[in-house]
Amino acid sequence: MFSVIATALGVATVAITLVSGPSTTAASGTAGGTLVDAQIVEVYVFLLAAFTGYQIITKVPPLLHTPLMAATNAISAISLVASLVIAGAERPFYINVMGAVAVAAATINVVGGFVITDRMLKMFKKTEAPK
Amino acid sequence: MNPEIGALFVQVAYIAASAAFILGLRGLTKPDTARRGMQLAAMGMLLAVIGTLLNHQIISYDLIIIGLVIGTAIGLPMGLLVPMTAMPQRIAISHMFGALAVTLVGIAEFLHYRDVPGGPGVIKMVALGFETVFGALTITGSFMAFGKLQGFISGRPITFPGQKIINAAIFVGAIGLWIYLVATQSGGPAASGDNGILLFGLMTVLALVIGVTLVLPIGGADMPVVVSLLNSYAGLAASATGFAIGNNVLIVAGALDGASGFILSILMSKAMNRSFANVLFGAFGGEVAAASTKSSEGLTTRSVSAEDAAMRIGYARNVIIIPGYGMAVAQAQHAVRELAELIEKRGGRVRFAIHPVAGRMPGHMNVLLAEANVPYDHLFDLDEINEEFHACDVALVIGANDVTNPAAKTDPASPIYGMPILNVQDAEQVIVVKRGMATGFAGIENELFYLEKTSMLFGDAKSVLSQVVSEVKAL
Repeated sequence: MFSVIATALGVATVAITLVSGPSTTAASGTAGGTLVDAQIVEVYVFLLAAFTGYQIITKVPPLLHTPLMAATNAISAISLVASLVIAGAERPFYINVMGAVAVAAATINVVGGFVITDRMLKMFKKTEAPK
Repeated sequence: MNPEIGALFVQVAYIAASAAFILGLRGLTKPDTARRGMQLAAMGMLLAVIGTLLNHQIISYDLIIIGLVIGTAIGLPMGLLVPMTAMPQRIAISHMFGALAVTLVGIAEFLHYRDVPGGPGVIKMVALGFETVFGALTITGSFMAFGKLQGFISGRPITFPGQKIINAAIFVGAIGLWIYLVATQSGGPAASGDNGILLFGLMTVLALVIGVTLVLPIGGADMPVVVSLLNSYAGLAASATGFAIGNNVLIVAGALDGASGFILSILMSKAMNRSFANVLFGAFGGEVAAASTKSSEGLTTRSVSAEDAAMRIGYARNVIIIPGYGMAVAQAQHAVRELAELIEKRGGRVRFAIHPVAGRMPGHMNVLLAEANVPYDHLFDLDEINEEFHACDVALVIGANDVTNPAAKTDPASPIYGMPILNVQDAEQVIVVKRGMATGFAGIENELFYLEKTSMLFGDAKSVLSQVVSEVKAL
């Protein structure tokens, strides 16, 4: 029950962040009031997401702790989206190359992580009903 | 595409991805819903990536495609081919890849902000520093953990005098540089005499060194805690990236990962009866060898033949099997499953008692047994099964040692005193399958082996159990 509420809260916060201003989308370096506001909202997002995560993950049974770790590892490879921008944006070439290496590293985790999690979860079976 | 609609699409994709991650993890709370949940999370990831590729900042796709192709070429075979016994290593090395990506992003962003008038500002500079320090120490720390698990770095704790002081000094140095950089670089590089790049580089190098020195003194048996902890660091570093570039989906995903790693580290520390700090700074293996007080002198064990063991197991009504890492090393999972099926066919009941640190990482033993086709409703964790040993005819311990040692409850002088153990000694009879009389990771004698009700079945778990299986078949 808690986790449902917490999930809703987390999603709502992300939505509010979106509505509250476009300053979260671009790191253009414009200092000023809106940027600080946006960063306060980011702190809310972090706290609510961490709280949501805590509530959900304490309910994951020990049975599935290895798949859990593989899964969160794959999910946190979302840093791929940051790497993509650095590899493709208008920056000096050596920075683009750093971005490309980051893309490769994150992709290893995204692809490998989800594949291996699925491989594990596929193996967990219940007792078959007696024939 | 109209840039505003494009930006909106990106944000919608990120929100959907955040929701998919949270719902995906929620699926993991039950084995039945786990697979679909993770498929949802994977879809969320795909959506976020597609959304990002439409980002107006991206002007060239050449390097992106190269990165994606190389990453897939390495990641896919790793995902498909890594054996389940090697799962802890593969998780450790993947923390390294994740942290590498995050650290590179941190460095690239720092360099980028030097060209931006006004600099990153205080908050973003704090986030960039955090991201780079924790990312860098996770890179080398995970590589060390990988090495210890894979066996090319000695699993023994490596210690030297003054180690803690040196570690602390390096850590303080890195944090000091971070604070200094926040103070001097938040407004962008100063016009003259600027050494931001040098100091940032130095901070990164120090963080890389911390990763090595942090894991060096930690023994192989403590790796479950280390791997969980590094999982948490990798997540927090990813979250900091989100703060640094103003991206909420990164903050959410990183926070989820950080929370998960944190919870698992606490669970593992508890299961090993140690505080977090103790695991990180204690170098357990070294101290305990000296601390073991009880000797086995004057005590005798009873050993049985496979035939005799088969007789007892074959006629038992209620059997609990306690697998340990030794079973996995001997690759005996399939023989164990075969034995369990045989007992059930003969009308007995079989359950598996899984200690939280039975494998090399949280939940590892469950995965190994699931791979051997043991149905998951036969697998029980410590709290679920510990009261059931009273009613059990035969407790079959396979390659487990410290987690069954009654000294954890009865002997306050024992180094494992207070550690939660499986109450194997409550069973009517105990059969222990073991290679020899060597002690477990904690380096202490196990009183269980000397009890009157205990029989030792010596030999390689796989061959001994195969013998037992054929003997039971012949009954």
